[in-house]
Amino acid sequence: MRIIPFIISAVVTLILIIALGRKWGSIPPMGKFLSPQHGFWQNAEPVNRDYSGDLQIPGLKGSVNVYFDERLVPHVFAENDEDLYFVQGYLHAKFRLFQMDLQTRAAEGRASEIAGPRAVNYDREQRRLGMKFAAENALAEIEKDSLSNAVLTSYSNGVNAYIRSLRDSELPVEYKLLDFRPEEWSKLRTALLMKMMAKMLSSGVEDDLTATNAHKIFSEQELQMIYPQVNDSLAPIIPKGTVFASPGIVPIKPASADSFYFGRKESANVAEISRPDKSNGSNNWVVAGSRTLSGYPILANDPHLELSFPSIWYEMQLSTPSTNAYGVTLPGTPFIIIGFNDSIAWGVTNAGRDVKDFYSIRFRDESKQEYWLNEKWEPSRIRIEEIKVRGSATVYDTVAYTVFGPVMFDQSYTGSGTGHANLAVRWVAHDPSNEPMTFYRLNRAGNYNEYAEAIRTFDCPGQNFVFASKSGDIAIWQQGKFPARWEGQGLYVMPGEDTSYSWQGFIPQTENPHSINPERGFLQSANQRAVDADYPYFIPGGYISPRGIAIDRFLSGMSSVTPDDMKKLQLNYFNVTAQAALPLLLKYVDPEKLTQDATKYLNIVKSWNLGADPASKGQTIYQCWFDSLEAAIWMDDIQQSGSAATFPDEQTTLELLLKDSTSLKFIDNINTIEIETLNDLVTSTLNKVSNLLLEKEREGKLEWARFKNPRIYHLLKEAVMPFGRQGLNVGGSGNIINAMKESHGPSWRMIVHLGPQTEALGVFPGGQSGNPGSPYYDNFVDSWATGNYFNLWMMKKSDATDKKVKWTLKFAPAAA
Amino acid sequence: MKFFAALIITILLAFISGLFLPWWGIAIAAMLAAIVVRQKAGFAFLSGFFALLLLWSGLSYWIDSENESILSVRIAELLGIGDNSFLLILITGVVGGLVAGFAAMTGSYLRTKQRS
Repeated sequence: MRIIPFIISAVVTLILIIALGRKWGSIPPMGKFLSPQHGFWQNAEPVNRDYSGDLQIPGLKGSVNVYFDERLVPHVFAENDEDLYFVQGYLHAKFRLFQMDLQTRAAEGRASEIAGPRAVNYDREQRRLGMKFAAENALAEIEKDSLSNAVLTSYSNGVNAYIRSLRDSELPVEYKLLDFRPEEWSKLRTALLMKMMAKMLSSGVEDDLTATNAHKIFSEQELQMIYPQVNDSLAPIIPKGTVFASPGIVPIKPASADSFYFGRKESANVAEISRPDKSNGSNNWVVAGSRTLSGYPILANDPHLELSFPSIWYEMQLSTPSTNAYGVTLPGTPFIIIGFNDSIAWGVTNAGRDVKDFYSIRFRDESKQEYWLNEKWEPSRIRIEEIKVRGSATVYDTVAYTVFGPVMFDQSYTGSGTGHANLAVRWVAHDPSNEPMTFYRLNRAGNYNEYAEAIRTFDCPGQNFVFASKSGDIAIWQQGKFPARWEGQGLYVMPGEDTSYSWQGFIPQTENPHSINPERGFLQSANQRAVDADYPYFIPGGYISPRGIAIDRFLSGMSSVTPDDMKKLQLNYFNVTAQAALPLLLKYVDPEKLTQDATKYLNIVKSWNLGADPASKGQTIYQCWFDSLEAAIWMDDIQQSGSAATFPDEQTTLELLLKDSTSLKFIDNINTIEIETLNDLVTSTLNKVSNLLLEKEREGKLEWARFKNPRIYHLLKEAVMPFGRQGLNVGGSGNIINAMKESHGPSWRMIVHLGPQTEALGVFPGGQSGNPGSPYYDNFVDSWATGNYFNLWMMKKSDATDKKVKWTLKFAPAAA
Repeated sequence: MKFFAALIITILLAFISGLFLPWWGIAIAAMLAAIVVRQKAGFAFLSGFFALLLLWSGLSYWIDSENESILSVRIAELLGIGDNSFLLILITGVVGGLVAGFAAMTGSYLRTKQRS
């Protein structure tokens, strides 16, 4: 009767295999995952892995040589453009496939395919924001141009050539953890990546929804005070005194605006669930030869983004007989995005201009098929979004498109809000455009005119393009497609029943703020407002002033500038806000009413040198104190407006206090019977935060870096903490030149000295490889944290035998 | 002697299966070895188990030392066993061993069934 033990044994074996072959919650299929020949062990590369090789790939026209240096930076030498971008695609896929795949699926609103039901709301929001719609429109435009089309097609083919060569055991470890497979690349996915950047940088700088809610309780003047258009201390990007052309378009305010727009007190209790970080910004500056030691210009750029593993950037050199550029690239799209070539250098910071507005829509009924527009019912265009969900049924979402754009919020979708509003979103990113061509041209630009021509067609997200050339020119343009607004247009949700509220046109490109070779010999941008109040257009936006103020002050005082000076400036920890805020705090604090602990901390911060260094205790004390003061001033007032409104920023609060110190009405807490004074608040908040500070001190975390725990997450965030890094010894804050917050900060630091022999320095907090099993995964982090830079090697073809070349990967066309 | 032969054959077949089949090919390998080298169920289980314990722990140990434990430390932490690479290597071997053990045992009953 051996048959019964056989069946039992067979069943046990089968159950084991099935159980170990599937995912249980967040635990990966353990049989597959642990198998040394299939699972994660296959991603544990030998530390002395050899990256050299000879590949034959169909699709190439000629041969391409890739020389890797010791930092695994590829220097790509091709004979023509198409092969160049084909290999760029291949390399992006080879080292960063998971990143490209995940980011573009998320951008498209397909995260649920991997993450299951909990990502459905996120995906709905991306569809409703029109991310896929925007990418489709961009792609249609790109395909009209044969050059762009050819390049993007080659790039896509290169990515797919790599994906197709992958065996299951070679998949990146994240695919094994999450148990899914990579999807083939397409030009649409490149367009989605560009829209991901557009969202990161131009969707979330507007505060329309929160301002609309604030509008309910604050008067127009109060709102102007809390969210001012032009800060007093502003150091604009375009030097003060620049003369602006008369406006080519003068929008007309609709007749009904005072009652139906400014007078409207309806709230919009909806909110986006995936708003990008407002600090997504950066620093850049250029110093002309008149101020440098060498007499040649120096350009510097450090983009500030959420840091991640792998880094959003991938470093490389791209070279053909007709083009040679070095810098950082975005896996998912061809070209060098920030960098330099043999004649010029360029960099970007976020413009922060408001290019996204909401319109209130009145539907005829629940079907959303008609909406009231200009005194009649207009048919909407219905788009049914299909959202596939892992482990669950497909979700269908009906989105109505109006003349303004998709109706993002409606009865069936309120984001993280609880109210009800039908809001259509008008976003410049939806309009057809061809941003890739800008980078194609910038990579090849040889002088100012070619740079200006290259950026002319860059629509979204608006950026401050800084420029320097070997011939000595320096320039900056705030470039993008910006709506021409009447005074106040777009601050709040607008009536969507009347096309007189539509955007009436765009600011002519030549009238975008720009400056070339200014007298003062330098230009800088740090997400501050581009222009002072003399600019003849109304330009709302989310601006940050302090870094610009600090950079302006330092550069003004510098001469005989060297690249080393630029390093020190990028790493500068001076807290310019505190310089004005601390004396204010010290003036209004009442020492008699302080607790013993508070007195101790007061004494520490009194002797603070205003530097937000990693070891600084004064910075921690100051920041906690001022944050608490801000909350004490604003919380009671802002809370009245219901859904989360943002506090006015640090700089605004500071300026209001400096101007108005004791009489600022918001100081009083409306929830208490007494009338609080500034003395009361400054004193009580120090007492309050001293409890927290004491606790932190006991844990040994009073020093700024230990207090805020600077860290870098893997793209999968808390789910894979061991893939991240914590406890980095970095100081700074969002308002300081060295703008490290907690996990958001300088994602790339670059300095280019355009002498006869270009000298370039750079570093990013990550590594070239996206594989957590590679020694090249995070090998730059410590250098970045310490403030060290690497020399960027602009290799020549004849350097192929240089000892700096560690590996050579040769691509040749496959025999037909 | 039979035990040793079963062990070696299982290791060889399992390794080869890993080159062409998905991870569960080790079950087929262990079952085949148990059919070729007839043992009582208990010994079949043990030779299957130890074969994969040796193969999988051995392979992962070798990979881990070439990798200087960069990934194993991260994965071990992720799986909640601290930063213990050695434990992870052991668990790897045990998981493979269990599957192969039961597969081999199944194979041994198959052979005996035909006999009677």
